Amino acid sequence: MTLALLLALPMVLLAAGVYAVIAARQSNSSRIVYSISLAVSTVALVAVLAYLMSGQQPETLQLPIGLPWLGAHFRLDALAAFFLMVINLGNAVASLFALGYGQHEKAPERVLPFFPAFLAGMNLVLLADDAFAFLFAWEFMSLSSWALVMAHHQESANVRAGYLYLVMACFGTLALLLAFGVLAGPSGGYDFDAIRAGHATPGLAALVLILALIGTGSKAGLVPLHVWLPLAHPAAPSHVSALMSGVMTKVAVYGFIRIVFDLLGEPVAWWWGGIVLALGGVTAVLGVLYALMQHDLKRLLAYHTVENIGIIFIGLGLALAFQGNQMYASAALALTAALFHVLNHSLFKSLLFLGTGAVLTATGERDMDHLGGLIHPMPWTALAFLIGAAAISALPPLNGFVSEWLTFQAILISPELPQWLLKFLVPAVGALLALSAALAAACFVKAFGMSFLGRPRSPVAAQARETDRYSLTAMFILAGLCIVAGILPGLVVDGLGPVVGLINGSIQLTAQHNQPWLTLVPIVDVKSSYNGLLVLLFMAISGMLAALLIHRLGSSAVRRGPAWDCGFPDASPATQYTAGSFAQPIRRVFGSVVFQARERVTMPPPGDPRPAKFEVRMRDPIWDVGYAPIAAAVVAVSTRFNYLQYLTIRRYLGLVFGALVLLLLGVVLWR
Amino acid sequence: MALITDYLVQGCQMLLILLLAPLLTGWVRVIKARLLRRRGPSLLQPYRDLFKLLGKDVVLAESASWLFRIAPYLIFAAIWVAAALVPTFAAGLMFNWTADLIAIVALLGSARFFLALAGLDVGTSFGGIGSSREMMIASLAEPAMLMMVFTLSLLAGTTELSAVAHFMLTAEVGLRVSLGLALLALMMVAIAENARVPVDNPATHLELTMVHEAMVLEYSGRHLALIELAASLKLLLYLSLLACIFAPWGMATAGAGLIAYGFGMAVYLIKLAFGGLLLALFESSIAKMRVFRVDEFLGAALMLGLLGALLLFVSRGL
Repeated sequence: MTLALLLALPMVLLAAGVYAVIAARQSNSSRIVYSISLAVSTVALVAVLAYLMSGQQPETLQLPIGLPWLGAHFRLDALAAFFLMVINLGNAVASLFALGYGQHEKAPERVLPFFPAFLAGMNLVLLADDAFAFLFAWEFMSLSSWALVMAHHQESANVRAGYLYLVMACFGTLALLLAFGVLAGPSGGYDFDAIRAGHATPGLAALVLILALIGTGSKAGLVPLHVWLPLAHPAAPSHVSALMSGVMTKVAVYGFIRIVFDLLGEPVAWWWGGIVLALGGVTAVLGVLYALMQHDLKRLLAYHTVENIGIIFIGLGLALAFQGNQMYASAALALTAALFHVLNHSLFKSLLFLGTGAVLTATGERDMDHLGGLIHPMPWTALAFLIGAAAISALPPLNGFVSEWLTFQAILISPELPQWLLKFLVPAVGALLALSAALAAACFVKAFGMSFLGRPRSPVAAQARETDRYSLTAMFILAGLCIVAGILPGLVVDGLGPVVGLINGSIQLTAQHNQPWLTLVPIVDVKSSYNGLLVLLFMAISGMLAALLIHRLGSSAVRRGPAWDCGFPDASPATQYTAGSFAQPIRRVFGSVVFQARERVTMPPPGDPRPAKFEVRMRDPIWDVGYAPIAAAVVAVSTRFNYLQYLTIRRYLGLVFGALVLLLLGVVLWR
Repeated sequence: MALITDYLVQGCQMLLILLLAPLLTGWVRVIKARLLRRRGPSLLQPYRDLFKLLGKDVVLAESASWLFRIAPYLIFAAIWVAAALVPTFAAGLMFNWTADLIAIVALLGSARFFLALAGLDVGTSFGGIGSSREMMIASLAEPAMLMMVFTLSLLAGTTELSAVAHFMLTAEVGLRVSLGLALLALMMVAIAENARVPVDNPATHLELTMVHEAMVLEYSGRHLALIELAASLKLLLYLSLLACIFAPWGMATAGAGLIAYGFGMAVYLIKLAFGGLLLALFESSIAKMRVFRVDEFLGAALMLGLLGALLLFVSRGL
């Protein structure tokens, strides 16, 4: 029943998309389309939540569309339902935000038709139960989001981003296609039930793992497949960036979990976990280091998505390592941590992108070096963004801390793993995770501090106005959820129980809801516990007590005066720290190694009228090592074959004849 | 009845650290002054400073926002809660399980986050220099601290401090390489996190070398008092942490009775005095290092912590 409803809803979205094609230029079309998206996503969210709460059995449905001998299979189980909840929550909030934000869109006909189609595509990926339906929905999702990335195609940077996105998406889908081909085997059983029933040999299973990592990792943004992400996510309108970063990457994580944990069944070898762990650790640290070097707010957030995907994959890699050693109780903890982070990241990353959208509406700027002081004209946006920034920096008592805490706890029980490689790898990954958490805090001090604090660095920032009601409501819903998930983590962990059970041989964490004071105690015999509710309560009480006592007994007077200027009055706002100067110490410590960052100061002698110059050069190691040679090779090969374009018709016919003879010869010899 | 006693003991602990923190700061200052052959301020000077600041008006910069005004309360609350969760004279208190060692590290991170933001709020270059350097220092100090936590919890099997302290009292601990590395890492982190020489200088007002002081330069009156108190609490927290983990002797257990508590308190005071003495000696015997050598110092702490954890992953006996 729920499944039929969930399948009908994307159809409504597609209809809304078709309507938008016809009516995009009408003034109220954006309102109608986003209202429909909001309503549909809310209905889907409620239906999925009801399904998750009631703990029903999986539902399946087969429709006579798609490949004639296969049909289209759909299935709703706990895993799909959890991810449906995550994406429909994101979809609903982004639609609500767009009710206000979409009014400012200059080219609505390039956004409105594709937005509902994008939502429908993501929903269908999660419901698909055969390889064809999955890949079809996956491509549909990729292409509709590509169209949204290209919405503002007049800017040349966006065109490049769209091109790169298209290439990487095709590459990823190719890998997934091959993965499903290997899974289906020679008999060609492409529906997921047949795949589950069959057992791949260890070699083939490992091949599927690698292909799935490439296919879903390129969509999620795993290093080194992340290069398109920080270009494409910021290029789209902000509510779409929120969906691409906060939600679509989760669909990719779902794809990985579905293929590796569900379809492949039991992991055959422990080293699978090792690969995923190492990739996750490297992704987490590189992602945040890249993010720290940015001064474009949206690009910073997009790079930060790469970091969070790394954290999720660390959890998944630990789970694989544990499952490979039949340690299902530990795997349950690692999986819970990963899935919790999936939920958390969708909450705070969507929130932050929406906040950036509000800033963009108010100022037209996303370069932090032109922002500043926005907390004065936009106090509510600033508050919501601050909550998101604190949550993503893993600060207690917010939600980001809980999932990192759970990941740390999973790392701390892993000395039980027998393999030597893992014994060395896991603490190293733990150190990388700790490093990325600390760097994330620096990154978001920079993001919030440069955009919202200080004095305005440009006239547009000085004249900003608070954003509209819809956008504020959307942001505060997410901010509220960040707080709730942070102080009541036990409830989330309990909600994740059936999901974890489904992919972990029906072993899940012990129920948390009957712990005293709603404390989180993931493993009873280890006794490590955390209680976000009490931490918040204690902080609130002690902070308010201090404020009350001081105001009552001490002074409560406030005077305003100029800031301390060292005796040089009227300092220009340009004397403030900028995004680049804030990151300079970190760039010197980490960037000089990772990015080979070099600074050069040109200071002309006194009397020389030339301006002083400060230059920073950085190299992108992944692009230089991985992509540039491939691109160069492609260019070289195509230049060499370029002459084929200018032949006479005689020679073309000769070529055709030659090719035909060669092929026929091949057929004859092969027979 | 037992419940009420538990609450009382917990409340005592919270009050005790609040009252002791300025004394500890005063103690370190006195010792440092004596080592320099100065008479130095009275032991009670920090209290007098605090009271004086509390009674004064706040002078806010014109460009300061609401964040600047609530940040001192947030910072103070986060550090006070974190400090109250570290067992001092007794382990296994009422709310020790609320947050484990990882959460305490993260609470300190919360305080630092808001302090750095407050530094950026007014929009002067001092605040910026302080915030950006503080976050660079923290980006190495926090992982180093977490690696130390890893080492401990791999040994004790838990990240909860009371349980760790209890474990350290048992006979099976002994002398271990990994513990030595963890101790060294924690001490290095403690020096960096508390803005002490050689990483930072709490007494400096030379712009080029300020880190912590640069961030709080715009604060005055009761806001400054709260931040100073929070800084003292943080110093107390780290010394309590060192005492609780590496010298847990004399600590009372939960519900041990008044005499045990009194004894625990006396031992705790001695530990603090000794810790403050060592800190002052160390600070007086070393020169402040350049900002861009701090990363080497803290990188070493991180590597020591990682090495300790790695040893334990390889063998529980090390």
